[in-house]
Amino acid sequence: MWGRILNLVVKELQQLRRDRAAKFRLLIPTLVQLFIFGYAATFEVYNVATIVLDQDHSQESRELVARFAGSGRFQIVETANSAADVRRAIDHADAVVAIVIQAGFADDVRKGVSAPAQVIVDGTNSNTALIALSYVSRIVADYAQEMEQDLSRRTRAGARPPPTVTLESRPWYNVDFNSRWFFVPGVIATLTLIMIVNLTSFAVVREREVGTLEQIMVTPIRPLEFILGKTIPYFLVGLALVVVIAGVGTLWFQIPFRGNPLVLLLGTALYLLCVLGIGLLISTVCKTQQQAFATNFFVINPAFILSGFSFPIASMPDFMQWISTINPMTYYLVVIRGTFLKGVGLEVLWPQMLALAGLGIVLLASSVLRFRKSLD
Amino acid sequence: MTGDIRIRADKLTKRFGDFVAVNAVSFEAGRGEIMGFLGPNGAGKSTTIRILCGLLRPSSGRAEVAGLDVAREPEKVRANIGYMSQKFSLYDDLSVMENLSFFGGVYGVKGARLKRRIAFAVEMAGLAGREDAVVSDLSGGWKQRLALGCAVLHEPKILFLDEPTSGVDPASRRRFWDLIYALAGDGVTVVITTHYMDEAEYCNRIALINGGRLVALGSPSELKRSAIRGEILLVEGDDPGAMLEALEGAPGVRDVAPFGSSLHIVVDDAARDRAAIEARLAERSLSWSRIEPIKATLEDVFVQLVGEGGKAAP
Ligand SMILES: Nc1ncnc2c1ncn2[C@@H]1O[C@H](COP(=O)(O)OP(=O)(O)O)[C@@H](O)[C@H]1O
Ligand SMILES: [Mg+2]
Repeated sequence: MWGRILNLVVKELQQLRRDRAAKFRLLIPTLVQLFIFGYAATFEVYNVATIVLDQDHSQESRELVARFAGSGRFQIVETANSAADVRRAIDHADAVVAIVIQAGFADDVRKGVSAPAQVIVDGTNSNTALIALSYVSRIVADYAQEMEQDLSRRTRAGARPPPTVTLESRPWYNVDFNSRWFFVPGVIATLTLIMIVNLTSFAVVREREVGTLEQIMVTPIRPLEFILGKTIPYFLVGLALVVVIAGVGTLWFQIPFRGNPLVLLLGTALYLLCVLGIGLLISTVCKTQQQAFATNFFVINPAFILSGFSFPIASMPDFMQWISTINPMTYYLVVIRGTFLKGVGLEVLWPQMLALAGLGIVLLASSVLRFRKSLD
Repeated sequence: MTGDIRIRADKLTKRFGDFVAVNAVSFEAGRGEIMGFLGPNGAGKSTTIRILCGLLRPSSGRAEVAGLDVAREPEKVRANIGYMSQKFSLYDDLSVMENLSFFGGVYGVKGARLKRRIAFAVEMAGLAGREDAVVSDLSGGWKQRLALGCAVLHEPKILFLDEPTSGVDPASRRRFWDLIYALAGDGVTVVITTHYMDEAEYCNRIALINGGRLVALGSPSELKRSAIRGEILLVEGDDPGAMLEALEGAPGVRDVAPFGSSLHIVVDDAARDRAAIEARLAERSLSWSRIEPIKATLEDVFVQLVGEGGKAAP
C-alpha cells in the first residue's frame, strides 16, 4: 500500500515539476499578494489633501493650522479665501479635508469659551474620511488641552487647574497600528487557501477529464490510496508555501515572530487538512477544469470575506457569523496572529486547534466518501 | 476447453436510469483468443468492457474474468487484467520512462522484474533511446504502443483494448496488430473494440453489438456465411441514387445498400440474377460501368444485421 502511495506522490511531484503553468500560478500570485499587502494595503493615512480657510488671521489660528501641517497626516494644498473655494475644492476632489476657522476664534480661545473651528471631510471614501477625522480630533484635542493649560497658567484663575480627562488609545501588540504587521501574516492563510484548493481540485479533475483516472481505477490502487497520493504532495507544497511567506514576512518586512514555530506548524498542518479536504470535495462535484475553476472562486471568496481577515466578524449578521464558525480560515488567522504578534502558545490557542482538527476530519472524511461514489 | 475459459459473461445488463446500455449480453472467450467488439457508436461496447474491468457494477447478470466474479472481487480481477481506455490513457506530461515506472509501480512490479518488463515495453513500442522524451511530444502511433506497453507491464492474462487504434495512421495500426498477435500467441486473451471493418477481420471471433444487444457472434467467415444468405454483386454507375431506387424491390434482388459511390446487391445466384438487374437498369435508361460478383465483407454483414443507420464511420 505505501509503495503504491509513494508511486503516486512521486508521479504528482514530477507532473508539478513539468507544469510550468502551475509553477507560475504558485509563484507569481504569492509574490504579488505579499508585496501588495506589504506595501500598498494600509489602514494608515498620510498626506491627506487639505484646504484651509482661515477667517480669523490670528496667531492662534495659524498655530492650529501649523499643527495640522506638521503632523505629516495632512498636506495643505490650498489656502482658501471664501467658503465657495472650500466647496469647489472638495467637489473637485482637490482636497479631501477642509479646515475652516471662523473669525473670532482667537478671542474665544483667550476667553476660554468654546472656539468655533469646523472640519469638513469628503465622505465618499468613508474609510479615509474616518481615519482622517480621528487624526483631526487628536490634533485638535491636543491643541485645546495645551491652550487650556496655557490659559489657566496665565490668568491664575485658580490654584488648581480645572481637572481634564483625556482618553488615550493604546493598542497592544501592534503599538503603532502598523497595518503591515496585520496584513502579512493574514496573507499566509489566504494564499494557502487559494493555492492548495486550486492545486488539489485541478489535480483530480484533470485526471478525470483527460481519462487517466479511469486508467488508474483499473489498477490495484484503492480510492483511499489515490486520495493520499493526491493530498500528500500538496500538503508538502502547502507547508513550503507557508515557510516561504513567513520567511519573507519576518526577514524582509520585519514582522515580529514572538511565538513558538512548532505551534504555528501544528496549526498549519491542521489548516492544510481542511484546505485539502475542500479541494478534494470540489473535485468530486466537478467534471471539467472549467467547472472546478468557477467552483473554487465561489468557495474561496466567501471564505476570505467571512474569516475576519479584513472585516470584523462581530459586526456581521448572525447567519454570516455562523458561517464564519465553520470556516477554517477564521481559526487559522487566530493561530497565525497569535503566534506571530502575541507570542501565545497552545494554552491559549487550543480551542482553535481543536476546531481546525475537527473541521479537517469532517472535510477529509466526506471527500473520501463522496470520491468513492463519484467513480461509479 | 472449459479450463481455458478466461472471460464468461452471463446475461450482463447495465441500466443508466431507464436507459438500457447493455442488454443481456452473454459470451465466452478463451485463452489466446482475440475477440472483437464491433458496433456503432453508443452500442454499449465500452460499457460492457467497463463492467468486465470492474469499473461499473452490472445491473443484473454476472461476469467472470480469470475465474473471478467481477462484481464481488474487482480488486483481484484487476491484478489479472490490462486495460487501455477509450480516452488517451497515459500521462501526457510525464516522460516515457516515468510513465512506465509509475504504472509498473502501481501494479506492484518490482526490482529486476520491473527492469525486464520496462525493457520489454520500450522494445515493443520501438522507443529505445527515447526513454526521456515527454509523451506529449510523441506521435499517435508511439503513444498507442507505449500505452499498450504500460497495460501489459504486469503480464496480465486478459487485455481489454477500447478503440486503441482510433486516430492512428494505417501503418501504425498494422504494427499495433502485430503486437496484439504476438500477445495472443503468448496466451493472452484480447478483447478489442473497433469501428474499422478491416480490423474486425483480424479477430478470431467477432461480437456484433447494436443497441446494447449482442446481435451476432462468430468468426468473420462464420458471420459472412450465416448473415448473407446469397451472393453479392457490385454495381457501379453514374447515378447510384437512381440505381438504388430502381433496384430496390426488383425481382431477384434481396437487398441493396450503397457503399461509397457503388452499390452492393444481395442476390440468390449472381450468374442467374445478373441479367435481370441489367435489364431493369436498361429499362430505366440508367447506364452502368461495372457489374460483377464480389466476396462478402464484414461491412455487408454489418449492413445486413444492423442496418444502414448503424454503418460505422470509415
Ligand atoms: N455513465 C453513463 N450514464 C448514462 N449513460 C451512459 C453512461 N455511460 C454510457 N452511457 C450511454 O450508454 C450507451 C452506450 O455507451 P458506450 O458503451 O460508451 O457505447 P460504445 O462504446 O459502443 O460507443 C450510450 O448511449 C451512452 O450514452
Ligand atoms: Mg466506446
